[in-house]
Amino acid sequence: MTLNRRIFMGTGAAAMASLSAPSVLAEGHDKPSVVVVGGGAGGATVARYLAKDSKGEIDVTLIEPSRTYFTCFFSNLYLGGFKEMDDLGHTYGTLAAKYGINVIHDWAVEVDRGGKTVTLAGGAKLPYDKLVLSPGIDFVDGAVEGWSVESQNAMPHAYKGGSQTELLKAQIAAMPEGGTFAMVAPPNPYRCPPGPYERVSMVAHTLKETNPSAKIIIADPKDKFSKQSLFQEGWGKHYAGMVDWIGSDFGGGNVSVDPVAMTVTIDGEETKVDACNVIPAMKAGRIAELAGVTEGNWAPVNAADMSTKADADVYVLGDAANQGDMPKSGFSANSQAKVCANAVRGALTGSKVFPAKFSNTCWSLIDTDDGVKVGATYEATEEKIAKVDGFISATGEDSATRKATYEESEGWYAGITADMFG
Amino acid sequence: MRVASLFKIALAVLFAASASHAAEAGDPEKGKIVYSKCKGCHQIGEGAVDRIGPHLNAVFGRRAAAHDGFAYSKSMQRAGVDGLIWTAKTLDAYIENPRALVSKTRMSFRGMDDPEDRANLLAYLRAFSDDPSNLPEAEPTARGTDHDLDPEILALQGDPDYGEYLSSECVTCHQADGSAEGIPSITQWPEEDFVVAMHAYKRKLRPHPVMQMMAGRLNDEEIAALAAFFKDLQ
Repeated sequence: MTLNRRIFMGTGAAAMASLSAPSVLAEGHDKPSVVVVGGGAGGATVARYLAKDSKGEIDVTLIEPSRTYFTCFFSNLYLGGFKEMDDLGHTYGTLAAKYGINVIHDWAVEVDRGGKTVTLAGGAKLPYDKLVLSPGIDFVDGAVEGWSVESQNAMPHAYKGGSQTELLKAQIAAMPEGGTFAMVAPPNPYRCPPGPYERVSMVAHTLKETNPSAKIIIADPKDKFSKQSLFQEGWGKHYAGMVDWIGSDFGGGNVSVDPVAMTVTIDGEETKVDACNVIPAMKAGRIAELAGVTEGNWAPVNAADMSTKADADVYVLGDAANQGDMPKSGFSANSQAKVCANAVRGALTGSKVFPAKFSNTCWSLIDTDDGVKVGATYEATEEKIAKVDGFISATGEDSATRKATYEESEGWYAGITADMFG
Repeated sequence: MRVASLFKIALAVLFAASASHAAEAGDPEKGKIVYSKCKGCHQIGEGAVDRIGPHLNAVFGRRAAAHDGFAYSKSMQRAGVDGLIWTAKTLDAYIENPRALVSKTRMSFRGMDDPEDRANLLAYLRAFSDDPSNLPEAEPTARGTDHDLDPEILALQGDPDYGEYLSSECVTCHQADGSAEGIPSITQWPEEDFVVAMHAYKRKLRPHPVMQMMAGRLNDEEIAALAAFFKDLQ
């Protein structure tokens, strides 16, 4: 594995040189370089496509703190017992070995857009010609009264893959007979619009098997949600009487939690709960904010190539971007990454740039072999990524269709993870 | 641009030609003669049973692969799950080129080019399904075809580089190494099959909603480009 020598040059003469030189290319580097921050659906994909399609003409560095990346998509299926955590873990070995990507497991802590460098927690300073940020989400401080990231062990968000999801699963397993599971659902916009409701379905599936008298309460600041009619039909069919969704019309947005006492207060009514999943309001992953490319909670981008409105050499993909009509999903991030890779490669090597096309499909599992999906295609307009056409599963579909939809989602998982990690 | 406008002319001519035979209803008597090509494998009429192929009584209005007890191919089962219903339109497309509609059908029949033969055959088959008189007059049999692909579309030379870029949208679900898990493989198809299949989605003859949507916004050149790229993908 070739650790890029440039990483270690941050404090030496090269750094001085790059301060005085107008661009990294001009100072005599033989290849243009792209630094990608974040190794998820957006970042891993853009790194892989840049390396694969440029055939060595571009130096690609991928910064990702985790050595094993656990996908957030399909993590609900782990909560439902349909997947093992190991099924969701992916490593970066192929990206490094087969595609020559310089994978660095560290945190990016600073972006100097003037000097065009990224600083890592370990101290290294990486120069870039183009910087792609795909940092996913962080949570808005104080979004749910009584909850902060310090409370995430008592009341997990489980909205980033891995240990938080495991913790939530353990807490569900430890619920007393007839106990109460509460979810505080997030306001729009947030990662994976059907995610909280698929999660409720998967928790209900587990409880139906292990603790059938248990109850699920959802406090929701929204008055409607993704695939609502499909989920509510499924909850009635599979988990009758178990799930109580309290939308904003019934005070679902007026909620506070006490992670010590394990209580949830919805519209003034306090309930003792046995497990509680707080999914707070979200914002772009922190490095986007540190790079100064966000406005409000998200980073506005140009639809044609995912470059930020703030800086033509800095791109933002996936959940962190404010791009228009696409939902924040792994599928969307992966789709945006390919458009971005094509544009970045064109800008750096003169390769042909094709017009942007985007698509997304989100599958959700309601119960065993009861899968549903929603999807759309999108195009780039001057103003935003705009929806072209879409579809959604119908209520009342037969079981063969639902089973095929679930099997299709498994096929998609295999496909997208191969597309991300090689 | 010139190529594109030539295409429009070619398409206009094609549709004009289709429209002319669209009005002709099939003749069941002539269809009975055409059916001799089918009867080696398919029985029809009173007492018909499944043989190499399923019997064809009551096929109109039935979902693909829905006839109990017959061992359909995986492709046919998938088509049924995706919502393929046998109508005059879908049967006509299937008989014209079985693999265009159902990629790996076990029906080893190369297809029937003549639209008149197909219309006659369908008129014959139609008599063995539920009472045709319950349906709008002539609906099941009278439609000509509008799906024969212009040979010029099939002759288009796709640009594999463009196809490679476009393919990035496909491989989010269809794996580039050709493995198929819940979602079929699309690598190493003969170009013509690929093009015909994609146009069948575009025209909503093939039923899958995701594929109808994806194919729906690809133009002829883009479909040709994808076919050119995927045919050689190892």
